[in-house]
Amino acid sequence: MAESVVTENGEGGDATRRDFIHIAAGAAAVGAGAMLAWPLINSMNPAADTLALASIEFDMTKVQEGQQIVIKWQGKPVFVRYRTARELQEAVSTPLSALKDPEADADRVKEGHSQYLVVLGNCTHLGCIPTFGTGDFGGWFCPCHGSHYDTSGRIRKGPAPANLVVPEYAYLSDTRIKIG
Amino acid sequence: MSDHESTYVPKTGIEKWLDTRLPIIRFGADYMSLPTPRNLNYWWTFGGILALCLVIQIATGVILAMHYVPNTEMAFASVERIMRDVNGGDLIRYTHANGASMFFIAVYLHMLRGLYYGSYKAPREMIWIVGCLIFFLMIATAFLGYVLPWGQMSYWGAEVITNLIGAIPVVGEPVLIWLRGGPAIDNATLNRFFSLHYLLPFVIAGCVVLHLWALHAAGQNNPVGILIPKDRQAKDTVPFHPYFTVKDGFAIILFLMLFALFVFFMPNALGHADNYIPANPLVTPAHIVPEWYMLPFYAILRAIPDKFGGVMAMFGAIGVLFVLPWLDTSKVRSMRYRPTMRTFFILFVIVGLILGWCGAQLPDAPVIGTFKTFTLIDGDLNSYLWLTRFATAYYFAFFLIIMPLVGLRETPRTIPATISEPVLSGGDAEMKG
Repeated sequence: MAESVVTENGEGGDATRRDFIHIAAGAAAVGAGAMLAWPLINSMNPAADTLALASIEFDMTKVQEGQQIVIKWQGKPVFVRYRTARELQEAVSTPLSALKDPEADADRVKEGHSQYLVVLGNCTHLGCIPTFGTGDFGGWFCPCHGSHYDTSGRIRKGPAPANLVVPEYAYLSDTRIKIG
Repeated sequence: MSDHESTYVPKTGIEKWLDTRLPIIRFGADYMSLPTPRNLNYWWTFGGILALCLVIQIATGVILAMHYVPNTEMAFASVERIMRDVNGGDLIRYTHANGASMFFIAVYLHMLRGLYYGSYKAPREMIWIVGCLIFFLMIATAFLGYVLPWGQMSYWGAEVITNLIGAIPVVGEPVLIWLRGGPAIDNATLNRFFSLHYLLPFVIAGCVVLHLWALHAAGQNNPVGILIPKDRQAKDTVPFHPYFTVKDGFAIILFLMLFALFVFFMPNALGHADNYIPANPLVTPAHIVPEWYMLPFYAILRAIPDKFGGVMAMFGAIGVLFVLPWLDTSKVRSMRYRPTMRTFFILFVIVGLILGWCGAQLPDAPVIGTFKTFTLIDGDLNSYLWLTRFATAYYFAFFLIIMPLVGLRETPRTIPATISEPVLSGGDAEMKG
C-alpha cells in the first residue's frame, strides 16, 4: 500500500512533505521539551519567602562619627558608615579622572546626609568583605584579591571592576532609613 | 583491539541460557581477555586507580548522606555529629574528604601520562575529550561537596566561585541569582548544591562508561606510541587478565597505602583550619584559598587584572585541553621520540607546580626575600602576581604556540616498527623515557 502511494504523489513531492512532517514534529517536540523544562528551571529562582525578606529599616543614630556598622540585608552585609570630616573631604575632592568607575561622591549619598555612606559590603570582584582602614586610599581593602576602595567606597586599585554598590534606600525620617 | 573476537564459551546450562538472553558474562569475559600492549608501564595503572577512587567516593558519600543535614542551621553541626557520634563516622568522612584529594592526584598523573605519550592523538581524540569532560565534572563535584560542611571556607569559596558567573556580561547577574536561589549564598544554595553533589558522581560514572567504550573502540596507546600492526597482535599484546589485573592491583595497593597514610595519620593536612569555623556571611577569612587541586586554576584567575578576563582565562585553561588533539601537529605520539618536546613538557609540569604554589600565596607578597625591586605596571616584579603571570603565559603558550610549532619543526628520533623492537635492540633511548 505505502509504496503505491509514494509513486502516485511523485518521489520529489513526497520527500518534501515528509521532510516537513519530520521538521514540524521535531520542532513540536523541542518546544514541548522546553515547556516542560521551564517550570523545573524556574523553580530554582528565588522563592516567595526569600523575596519577602526584601527590605529592612535602620536607625542611623546608632552609628557614631568615624564608626561603621555592618547590618545584614538579604543575606548580605551592608556597611553604614558615619564619615569624619576628613574622609568626606577626601571623597569629595578626588577628581573623577582619577577613578576607575567614575562616580561623584554626591551621587553615592543622600542629599543632606552626605556624612553617611551606605554601601553593600561585598567586594565587586568576587564578593569577599573588604576591611576598613587598611587600603592605600583611606577606605576599604579586600583581602581576597587585593582591591582598594576609597572613603566613598569607589574602586581605586586592584581587580574589582566597579565601586561598592549603593543599595536602594531612602530616609523615612531624619534618622531612620529603609533599605530595599 | 577493536576487532577483538570473543573467545568466551559458555559451559554450564545457566551460562548458556543467559548468553542468548543477556550476554553479560560474555561482556565481562571479553573485557578480561582484551589484547593489551605488553609494554604498558606503571603510568598506565592510574585508570584502574581512578575507577577505584570513584567507587570509594560514591560508597562513602552515600553513607555520609544518611547522616548529613543540608540546612544552614544544622549542616555544620551534623558534620560534627558525624565526626563525634556516628559509629566510625570520622573515618568515613576523612576517607571521603581525603578521597577527593587522592582522586585528583591520580587524575593529574593520568592526564600527564596521556599528554606525555600522546594518548590524545588520532584515533583516540574521543577518549581524551570524554576524559576532559570527566575532569571538569570532577572539579564541579569537588567544589559542590566542599560547600556542604558549611564552614567558613565552604561559604566563602561558594561566594567567590559563584561570583565568577556574575562576571559574564548582561546575563551574569540574573544567572547568578538563579544559581544561588536568592540574592546571597543561603539555604536554597546549600540544598541545591547537596542535590547536585549527589547527582554528578553518577554522571561521571556514565562518562567513564563512554571513556572505556572509546578506549576499546580505538585501542590502548602504549609507551612507544605506535599502533600495533595486525600481524604483530599475537606477539605484541597479552590478555588484560591476568597480566594487567595483577599490575593494576599492585599499583592500587601502593596507592591505597598513600591514601591510608593521609586518612589515618594526617587527615586534616590537606584541609584548612578555617573550615572548622561555622559559616559567617559577615566575616571573610583573612586568606581564602581553594583546595590544593584547584590552586593552579585559581592562580590563573588572579593573574589577570580584569574580572571577566580572569574568569575567561581560568575556564580557558581547562577548555584548551579539549582541543589539544588538534593543537599538536606532530605525527609522533610518544615524547620518548620527541626530545625537544620532552624538554618543554618537563617545563610544563614544573610551571604547573609553580602555579599551584602561587595560588596559595598572597598576590602582593614577595617571592624572594622581603625586598622590593621595581614596579612593573601594577605590581612589584618580585611578587607572586608576576610569577603567576609568567607561569600563566607559559601554560597557554605550551598548548597554543609550542605544541603546534615544535610539531612542525622538530626532528623526532626514529620510531621503532614494533613495540618489542626497542626491547630486543637494547632500548637505550627508551630507558630514559
